[in-house]
Amino acid sequence: MTSVQLEVLLQTLISGLLLGGLYALIGIGMTLIMGVMKIINLAHGELMMVGMYVAFVLFSSFHIDPYLSVLVAVPVLFILGVLLQKFLINPVLKVEAIIPENQVILTVGIGMVLANVATIIFTSDYKSTPVDYATKAWYLSDIWKESPIELSLSMPWSVSFLLALIITALLWFFLTKTDMGKSIRATAQDKDAALLMGVNVERLRVFTFGLGSALVGAAGCLLLPIYYLYPDLGGQFTLIAFVITILGGLGSTVGAIIGGIILGIFESLTSTYAGMGWAPVGRFVIFVAALIFFPGGIVSILKRKRFGK
Amino acid sequence: MKRILPPVILGLLAILPLLGLSSYWMHIFILVVMWSVIGMAWNLLGGYCGQVSFGHAAFFGVGAYTSGILYTKAGLSGWWGLPLSIVAVTVSAIVIGFICLRLRGPFFALGTLAMGVILRVTAENLRGFTEGDLGIMIRERTWTEKTWYFYIILGIAGLTYFIVRKVIESKLGYYFVAIREDQDAAESLGINTTLYKNIALCLSAVITGVAGAFYTNYMGYIDPKVVFALHDISIVTIMVVMVGGVATFWGPTVGAMIMVLLAELIRSIPKLGAAHHTFFGILLIVIIIFLPNGIVGDLPKLRRILRLGRTL
Repeated sequence: MTSVQLEVLLQTLISGLLLGGLYALIGIGMTLIMGVMKIINLAHGELMMVGMYVAFVLFSSFHIDPYLSVLVAVPVLFILGVLLQKFLINPVLKVEAIIPENQVILTVGIGMVLANVATIIFTSDYKSTPVDYATKAWYLSDIWKESPIELSLSMPWSVSFLLALIITALLWFFLTKTDMGKSIRATAQDKDAALLMGVNVERLRVFTFGLGSALVGAAGCLLLPIYYLYPDLGGQFTLIAFVITILGGLGSTVGAIIGGIILGIFESLTSTYAGMGWAPVGRFVIFVAALIFFPGGIVSILKRKRFGK
Repeated sequence: MKRILPPVILGLLAILPLLGLSSYWMHIFILVVMWSVIGMAWNLLGGYCGQVSFGHAAFFGVGAYTSGILYTKAGLSGWWGLPLSIVAVTVSAIVIGFICLRLRGPFFALGTLAMGVILRVTAENLRGFTEGDLGIMIRERTWTEKTWYFYIILGIAGLTYFIVRKVIESKLGYYFVAIREDQDAAESLGINTTLYKNIALCLSAVITGVAGAFYTNYMGYIDPKVVFALHDISIVTIMVVMVGGVATFWGPTVGAMIMVLLAELIRSIPKLGAAHHTFFGILLIVIIIFLPNGIVGDLPKLRRILRLGRTL
């Protein structure tokens, strides 16, 4: 392997890792909702799109940095999620129907409305936030003058990655150390047992949907400086979130983090070595492989190791 | 009454072209019949067997591309796609079934959704084979009039109705419903659930694929974004069945009529044209909350609501 090839490989791995951090944040929101409510939220990507537009509007009218608008997008998306769950999804959970997947189809309807309303308000033009640090990068040669290979680290990518890590750490703290977080994990494990222990499952569902929406909204804000924005971008991110959830193991937060990073690296490798157009196929190759070879996800492998089975 | 209803409706539809309708209305009727074929196919898998597929565009697209590729690569008439799409779609249905039928419920739904996207991206990237984003154009139209297209799709619809009815009224149909109601119970009664789910998937896929092959010949142009579309094919298929009536014989036809006419109506209003997905979404939400089994499925409920309105 020549040094150029090595450089390309290392650079690909680095950008894959950075992308994976953001993917993990998107996946965690979905996996939380899936764990507690046992439904797949197919409007997940669309909620992220709403978060991105919140940040975009703040940037274009008040010149607020997309990273700062996380503080606005998170409460907005939380309220949106709570309203959706309370007035649309909860009633359907009680309706008797032949097809049990009604809630999933309902979230598709919600996603369609969100994407279409965004098209009407913002038109389907591609938008981006031209922040002045968008093209800044750190180079390996700045630190280590005579390094044989040259690597670069884009500044907005690494800032987004770090913020994603911080948000994930806060979430981990919330889930493991607070009462609310513990009840969420308990409900995900066994709803009836949690109910018997005095957990208000009904309220918790509403809260979890809000939390999941808020997380993906935050991910949207972090993605905005490095990505472009258009109303139909939600669909592909819903699929990404779903692939991560399957890869990581259903309802597992740790699995979602590892799954996100694996997916990011793999996608980055396919777009470098097979061409940009094939990156989505690479994503699904991983998905199909995960389904066939380890249907329980990464978590099942970790568990097997731990218990020595 | 019930016995003679299907031939009567088929006969009434068959004399439609003789009324001298404008070609716009013939186009609408062709679309209604085509969507009711796809709806009936989806209903077989989703409504009776309980396997909700979000990826019927995959089969529709494979059927459509079989026709298109036969035309561009083999120089045959696109109509050969109708019989040959059966083979191509069966193969793809078996592969997709092998992967996705391991999943249950909502996960199956998402697995099929992913398959639809995989096929779309593959069709976009295999430029040498599928012409990629350029799409395939059938240059010679078989007929300029729409009458024969209408009779062909009507024939397919009649055949589909007959097949679905026969399957559902046979033992197979009972197996399907048993699987939908409780897969584990069905398994414990000795039903080979994997086999029967695969049969339902293949049947449903083949019918959808034939409709796709017809689409290529009728429209004369296909590209991956049109025939593998998530919203405009897969989701509309689900809506046709949800609006009309899940697990009913006439539901898909009623649903197709409502959806096609509604889509045309919304598109013809100048200011609202851009918002047709919003209307579809809201319609879907309303139907799921108030008439979860569709218009035909919840007919007694609908009657009750109407009667209540009259007494008030």
